Amino acid sequence: MNIRLIVNIFLVMTLGIFITFLSIFIGKQSYSWLPPQAAAESHLIDNLFSFLVTIGAFIFLGVTAAILYSVLFHRARIYDFTDGPHIEGNITLEIIWTAIPIMLVLWIATYSYQVYETIGIQGPGHLLHLHNPLPIQLSLGKKEQEPTATSLDKPLENIDVVAKQWAWIFSYPQQGITSTELHLPSNQRVHLALQSEDVLHGFYIPAFRVKQDIVPGKTIDFEFTPTLIGKYSLTDSQYSGTYFATMEAKVIVQSPEDYDKWLKKAASQSPTAAPNQAATEYAQTHNKNIQLGWKTVPPAAPPVVNFVGDSHL
Amino acid sequence: MTNISLNLGGESNHHPTPTHWKTYFTFSTDHKVIGIQYLATSFIFFLVGGIFAMILRGELVTPESDLIDRTVYNGMFTMHGTVMLFLWTFPSLVGLANYLVPIMIGARDMAFPRLNAAAFWMVPVVGILLMSSFAVPGGPAQAGWWAYPPVSLQNPTGNLINGQVLWLLAVAISGVSSIMGAVNFVTTIVKMRAPGMGFFKMPLFVWAVFSAQIIQLFGLPALTAGAVMLLFDLTVGTGFFNPINGGNPVMFQHYFWFYSHPAVYVIILPIFGIFSEIFPVYSRKPLFGYKVVAISSMLIAVVSAIVWVHHMYVSGTPGWMRLLFMLTTMFVSVPTGIKVFAWVGTIWGGKIKLTTPMLFALGGLIMFVFAGITGIMLSSVPIDVHVNNTYFVVGHFHYVLYGTVTMGMYAAIYHWFPKMTGRMFNEGWGRVHFWLAFIGTNLNFLPMHPLGLQGMLRRVASYAPEYTFWNILASLGAFLLGMSTLPFIFNILVSWLDGEKAPPNPWRAIGLEWLISSPPSVENFEEIPIIISEPYGYGKSEPLTANLENSTMEMVE
Repeated sequence: MNIRLIVNIFLVMTLGIFITFLSIFIGKQSYSWLPPQAAAESHLIDNLFSFLVTIGAFIFLGVTAAILYSVLFHRARIYDFTDGPHIEGNITLEIIWTAIPIMLVLWIATYSYQVYETIGIQGPGHLLHLHNPLPIQLSLGKKEQEPTATSLDKPLENIDVVAKQWAWIFSYPQQGITSTELHLPSNQRVHLALQSEDVLHGFYIPAFRVKQDIVPGKTIDFEFTPTLIGKYSLTDSQYSGTYFATMEAKVIVQSPEDYDKWLKKAASQSPTAAPNQAATEYAQTHNKNIQLGWKTVPPAAPPVVNFVGDSHL
Repeated sequence: MTNISLNLGGESNHHPTPTHWKTYFTFSTDHKVIGIQYLATSFIFFLVGGIFAMILRGELVTPESDLIDRTVYNGMFTMHGTVMLFLWTFPSLVGLANYLVPIMIGARDMAFPRLNAAAFWMVPVVGILLMSSFAVPGGPAQAGWWAYPPVSLQNPTGNLINGQVLWLLAVAISGVSSIMGAVNFVTTIVKMRAPGMGFFKMPLFVWAVFSAQIIQLFGLPALTAGAVMLLFDLTVGTGFFNPINGGNPVMFQHYFWFYSHPAVYVIILPIFGIFSEIFPVYSRKPLFGYKVVAISSMLIAVVSAIVWVHHMYVSGTPGWMRLLFMLTTMFVSVPTGIKVFAWVGTIWGGKIKLTTPMLFALGGLIMFVFAGITGIMLSSVPIDVHVNNTYFVVGHFHYVLYGTVTMGMYAAIYHWFPKMTGRMFNEGWGRVHFWLAFIGTNLNFLPMHPLGLQGMLRRVASYAPEYTFWNILASLGAFLLGMSTLPFIFNILVSWLDGEKAPPNPWRAIGLEWLISSPPSVENFEEIPIIISEPYGYGKSEPLTANLENSTMEMVE
């Protein structure tokens, strides 16, 4: 083996090790690109994402390094118009760069499948309701000692969600109240029944990493487990018409005691009309003489609910 | 038709009269004229779609909806997507294929020249229908380029002639035009290759077009049928997809995506073909693994038919369906990865010249690798549950559609401009264009990824204030991209009118199109070539044909 070959192999290995560490570093950074982890599901999805970012960074850096190297060191000399070496291929290399991607794909698919089964978010088409989805560790967001409770220790909290153009209405059937703010107890799995009164909508809470389209004419089951106490945002993720961007609701995750207190408070309030951004904007623009837009489906009347949240975006 | 002339030393010594500009406005059946008609028309609509994008990004500089009415914003994003797909990417790629495929296989024209012209002339009709939708009551379609029901069925004005109806008619006509083109390309490639050109002697651009047009044949009927059924629901009140009349809105999504997913491969495969043509020329090396790359084009076409549900992971599909399509979608990355590695293998160890076409191809390749990685992330169901319908998806597909497809189209236009027009373009302005476009693309679309991860939805005219920073960056990038088209337009127009005359083979490339004059004569070849070697024979001294003047390497005159 000549010196040139040894030096080349050494350089490639060094570069490979450098890219590996850089990719792992970038993979760790990827958690900071995501919203706070507010549900038990969030951790699993973020870990999967970080894994994909690590592998992706490695591939991107590797391929780009090879291209940049060629562009820098394999340039034709200025008056050289002759051809390069007649290399048509290399069977070994082609087998390697087919086999390794296939193995990677199988690894990624298996890992993704496991995460999917564990989070058990349901969705339509489930022929049997899994009364025992796989347990997920809760409250991993906190830095202190964790309770090792799993998501299955308590019964499901049932909440009905209705989406319409352009408002969200949450009903708590067990307590008989309605609200335009979604309050949830922490560390308890919730079961939502999602319905739409008109067009497709989407139920999406970025902090929980959960999303489900809502199809008019069906009720769709959806489950997840909020863990971190705080205020989050629910948005309509499936384009639903003119004021679709205004369809936001606050999601408040509270301790079970505070949640119970809120339920009682809501029950004591008589129903009033909630502020609704779509209705407000429509009223403002459609009273004018000069219309700067085209005719639109008018928003539904603002929902009349027990608990009226702050609808300010 | 014979073209009687004295053969004074081969194809390349002809200096045919350049085509009169009026010919480009006629029903010409010459594939070269039709190709340029497609390219010019599609570029104009690229600028139209680009202006819509500037308006969108202008609105998104601030979180509130304060530039235009929300209905106008919704019309803008709908028409931006529709125009860019149906009036820029598809027609421009068909135009390029129209121009190059017959020459690359040694034919005088396509199999069905009149069908070819008819297919082209439907494109301005589609354009007129879509543009006129701005003038009807209610304005243009505002349901996104997907036109999902029930939103697309809502028709607030109650008029029979409304933007959504015009949109559906336009898409149906575009589908018919594309099917006509597909029949033509597949027949031409199967039946009209020159003697000696077996399938494994075809250039990879031809393989790419072949695979892509086969997809058009099996996929378009589903879209056209879906559009027609939606049109009936909208106009006469049938219940195919309208839940009020007992229809299933998710069914429309299946009809739509059964075509529209493979459609993205119809778009990307010819771009891959362009890369495969360009890298060997500017590295002076054969394409690495030619046979495997050819087969992987066909494999991508086949697998593309069974991945469509990855657009519907959260639509209301059952778990088994989500997981099955996750597997098939991830699998399509394997033949795609093979191509990427083959291109790297092609340039590695070559004699690279960084001309304008090479810069665009390299930039396109790097951005494609990035897009492919975010694509794998999207294919994973749990990840997609989080980022579906957010800006993460928008960032991903714009890296493909601008970062790879548009950059690849620019590479192709620069590379074949001398052949098509008989003029050289200005290399300096070409480089300015490249750098502005490369920086603009990354500045515009990279910020969309953190936005999507943070939960910012797509298609919104207003957003939460916490997303402002990345939106401002993206809008700056968009305006830069808009500006970057100016050096290109300037370069092309001035060069076409007054550029240095181009020799037959300015790039010293190996290929049938480089053995004929720039521009070619009407019949392409005096004598149909007899092919005796594989393409990309750089480094060998094998002639390409047995009968044509095989080397036009010297600068003529």
